[in-house]
Amino acid sequence: MTKAPDETGIAPQACRLETGGHIDRDRTLRFRFDGRTLTGHPGDTLASALLANGVRLVARSFKYHTPRGILAEGAEDPSGLVALGRGARHEPNTRATMTTLTDGLEARSQNAWPSLRWDAAALMRPLSAFMPVGFYYKTFQWPPQVWPLAEPVLRRMAGLGTSPRQPDPDTYEHRTAHCDVLVVGAGPAGLMAAWAALAAGARVILADERASLGGCLLKERTVLNDAPAADWVQTVLGELTSDSRVTVLPATTVTGQHDHGFWLAAERIYDRPDTDPAAAGPRQRLWHIRAKQTVLATGAIERPLVFAGNDRPGVMLAGSVRAYLNQYAVAPGHKAVVFASHDEGYRTALDLVAAGIPVAAVVDPRADVRGPLPDRVRALGVPVRDGYVIGDTRGTASGGLSAVSVHRYRTGGDMVSVGEWLDIDLLATSGGWNPTLHLHAHTGARPIWDAETLAFQPDPDRGPAWLAGACGGLKPLDAVLLSGREAGRGAAEAAGLRLPEGGSPCPTVAPDDPAQATAGTRRAALWAVPKPAVANGKRFVDLQSDVTVEDVALAHREGLESVEHLKRYTALGMGTDQGKTSNVTGLTLLAAARHQPIPEVGTTTFRAPYTPITLGALAGTATGEQFAPVRRSPLHDVQAEAGAVFQATGLWLRPRFFPRDGETLAEAVQREVRTTRERVGMVDVSFLGKIDIQGPDAAEFLNRVYVNGWTGLPVGKVRYGLMLREDGMVLDDGTTARLAEDHFAMTTTTANAGRVMEHLEHALQVYWPELDVRLVSTTDAWAAIALAGPRSRQLLTFVTDLDVSNDALPFMGVATGDVCGIPARVFRISFSGELAYEINVPAGYGETLWRRLSQAGSALGLTPYGSEALGVMRIEKGHVAGPELDGRTTPHDLGLGRMVSTKKSFIGHRLLERPALTDPDRPRLVGLVPEDGRTRLLAGSQIIAVEHAGAPPPIPRLGHISSACSGPSVGHPVALGFLTGGLEQWADQTVLVTYPLKGTQVRARVVPPQFYDPEGSRQNA
Amino acid sequence: MMLIPCPWCGPRPRVEFTYGGPDPSTHPRPADTAPLDVWTRYVYERDNPKGEARELWRHGAGCRQWFVVERDTVTHAVAASEPLPGVEDPR
Ligand SMILES: [Zn+2]
Repeated sequence: MTKAPDETGIAPQACRLETGGHIDRDRTLRFRFDGRTLTGHPGDTLASALLANGVRLVARSFKYHTPRGILAEGAEDPSGLVALGRGARHEPNTRATMTTLTDGLEARSQNAWPSLRWDAAALMRPLSAFMPVGFYYKTFQWPPQVWPLAEPVLRRMAGLGTSPRQPDPDTYEHRTAHCDVLVVGAGPAGLMAAWAALAAGARVILADERASLGGCLLKERTVLNDAPAADWVQTVLGELTSDSRVTVLPATTVTGQHDHGFWLAAERIYDRPDTDPAAAGPRQRLWHIRAKQTVLATGAIERPLVFAGNDRPGVMLAGSVRAYLNQYAVAPGHKAVVFASHDEGYRTALDLVAAGIPVAAVVDPRADVRGPLPDRVRALGVPVRDGYVIGDTRGTASGGLSAVSVHRYRTGGDMVSVGEWLDIDLLATSGGWNPTLHLHAHTGARPIWDAETLAFQPDPDRGPAWLAGACGGLKPLDAVLLSGREAGRGAAEAAGLRLPEGGSPCPTVAPDDPAQATAGTRRAALWAVPKPAVANGKRFVDLQSDVTVEDVALAHREGLESVEHLKRYTALGMGTDQGKTSNVTGLTLLAAARHQPIPEVGTTTFRAPYTPITLGALAGTATGEQFAPVRRSPLHDVQAEAGAVFQATGLWLRPRFFPRDGETLAEAVQREVRTTRERVGMVDVSFLGKIDIQGPDAAEFLNRVYVNGWTGLPVGKVRYGLMLREDGMVLDDGTTARLAEDHFAMTTTTANAGRVMEHLEHALQVYWPELDVRLVSTTDAWAAIALAGPRSRQLLTFVTDLDVSNDALPFMGVATGDVCGIPARVFRISFSGELAYEINVPAGYGETLWRRLSQAGSALGLTPYGSEALGVMRIEKGHVAGPELDGRTTPHDLGLGRMVSTKKSFIGHRLLERPALTDPDRPRLVGLVPEDGRTRLLAGSQIIAVEHAGAPPPIPRLGHISSACSGPSVGHPVALGFLTGGLEQWADQTVLVTYPLKGTQVRARVVPPQFYDPEGSRQNA
Repeated sequence: MMLIPCPWCGPRPRVEFTYGGPDPSTHPRPADTAPLDVWTRYVYERDNPKGEARELWRHGAGCRQWFVVERDTVTHAVAASEPLPGVEDPR
């Protein structure tokens, strides 16, 4: 098969068969692997193209850095992991078998340094004695000083690919779809199921993880209706794709079954054969499918036999060898041995011979094997060594398989070396098939052990899905096709559709097809071939996590008896392949060690996703600016015009400050505070939560949700209220105005608006449905501006005919009327401590109100101010806010204990009576000022006793600082904090305020928490 | 993802709902005069039933109604839903 390089200098595909395969030989694709330019054809995967070029060594293993090749053909492949792309598009740990070959594809091997052929770590393989099974856990027992030294070495030695560091330049999207019948898998059973469901009129989604649809019909030399099976596949696909009720999704992996008919599927758009990469939009699409009924036609996954040296490149699954021969026209080797514990090995031998690849022997652990397939193989002159096993392998200098040793074998594990080595470069091996039941088990259905097929089967009585084909148990091809048709019809009928008499006929399978002959034949329960006294290689159970037969035994000896413990300790089945080829073997070995039957050991839990999903697909379009919605006040634009600098607060964008002429934040805040305190300022308070409460029982309702009383509040008055959770802790605070006997307007803090609304709705619907009260959130309906400062009343008189004198509208009063010609509510309330009014107008008028107030106020020196100045003024005034209402504070802690009514019941009042919550030693709100009058106190600081200055930790903690500011209106920094024992114990005493992360300790005096105008004369003016 | 049958809006995906504890008719809010330990149990202690459960759910992204769902906590099968006592079932 030696071919000369063509005129381009690129080596020809030395291992491509002359004829056959479902590839487009008229077009040639170029790709690069580890810098070498190679070629392939449309229809190839990266794996088949590498094999076509004779590339067998594609990776090095996780722990031992031994050479690894391609074991399988599909999603189950544990070892052929490569990195694709470069830069931001670098994608590690990608299975070569699942990567559609495209022109210009760039792939690199992983886990090898400095190169795949010469790996330094492999030379240090004796070091692997320091990495026994469970070595991660054992290193935790090393002295702690060793860790910083050992960790980088271990991480370099043991690990998979590296992640890209740049942001992902590709886009992804989500799509929701509904259907009558979802069919997972487009092999013979899936195609029949989809076709039969469509014949009943069902809306069908047919998804298959492979880019080429047809499943085993493409991989085998099957004849249907006297023609190649691929013809039948095309006919059925034509029927399906031409009907608008059907969505066919190639290169789409259904990754998980979730509750109530909900399935996630990842569509790799760039892997679809019909995608034009130049025109393609999103790279992947995550489907959220809600299906009335689902047919699982996911087939089965072959498992390898385990023997010494079974990890060499050139050892492949027998079914995968057939797929490479038949679907891709690739010769995976030049001379082969087949080693299988059941009749399908003979099928592989027949295909190898048909492709012109000599078969040195079929090695079969069963004695006296007879049957149609073994007889056909014998008739071809291929030696059949029944009653024999492969005990060991040899490799070439580059690690590829060069020979296998044959041993006599008797059931029970007795093995005799006959000293025979066969020189070959391909070993096709099979230990049987495991139904692909992962999706079926995702919602909790436990698989059942079937002693006849030596595999776990999905429990047909559990789980919502219809099972078709091999995933419901191995069967002959005609039975597979029929089971697909019946599942499709059954699913359609269960989805409420009427079944037609005929339609969707099953194709005829040739009676001598090998797929008819293997089911039901005898299988040997050979899980691991004994290790010869002298062996060249290890017996790998899990080729990805480098777990051997000895590791499983050692884990058991160390007491890890549960299969879940075995998995976590050895990492068996924990790789990116999730042990698709290794789990069953691992747990049968554990069962043997425990001397228990396999069903008693059971399987580990199957969890979604079936195969890895790239994080970008999960995020979809929710990245960057699209990550979360942005809420803007109705005054956003007009404040942006006024030079506001915005800050994200929850979902809101809030103006933080309004710098003038290059002012810094501190300078602008100083000016905004001073101007407001001396003249007048205005601030957007539209962010506060607003709830409209109406009904005959509205006052009674408020009485039950606030700690203080409400029934006596006159119409036209506002009251400050405190709301508790049922456990007695403060939930929220705010002002509520009585607009009429049966009508209140409540405000909440910005952060808790949604939570308070839910709290009130819960109370009304669940606790007191007898109360006649209605609630509506009106947060977005109003624009709100607070005018604050000694000149605020004067400014207001410029723009309204309302009487806003202190007599007509005193502190905590509310009036309704026109302001700036706009219908408005005017609340005389103050957060800043100044004479202040809060004006609410319908949201659409907000901008007009802002402009007219600005205009009218310019003569009075009006300034807009932002959340920083608002925060400074409330701290100076000693008002509590979010940092104080942190879910751990009671009214007593906040110094608001006198608000708590003793004459009524309210939410939280019973648990508030718990003695510990009124303990005088609880941390309670105090004010703090630095003794030197200059040094800022930082929010988040800890408060300690002065005698602990400079003491080594641990230092007893007396409390913490919750809020702090520079105190521009009082001339020195101030802070609010919680101190054990509160003012009663600490008034006028000195404490230390320490911020260990910055290493600062400041002496501070404990004072009442009202720093500015404690008598309230300014707000009452 | 579970489908929760809202009595007002019909079956909707679970992300639209929030769980609100056990059915209040089996886990009622104590009377105001009840001893403190009864209140403490009400606020802090919950059964964690395996299998059939009656639960309070709220359709927060829809009609904002609280209602009772009969659900199996193992299989997640939903047997029924109903409005709170005294509220007319719209269905
Ligand atoms: Zn609803």
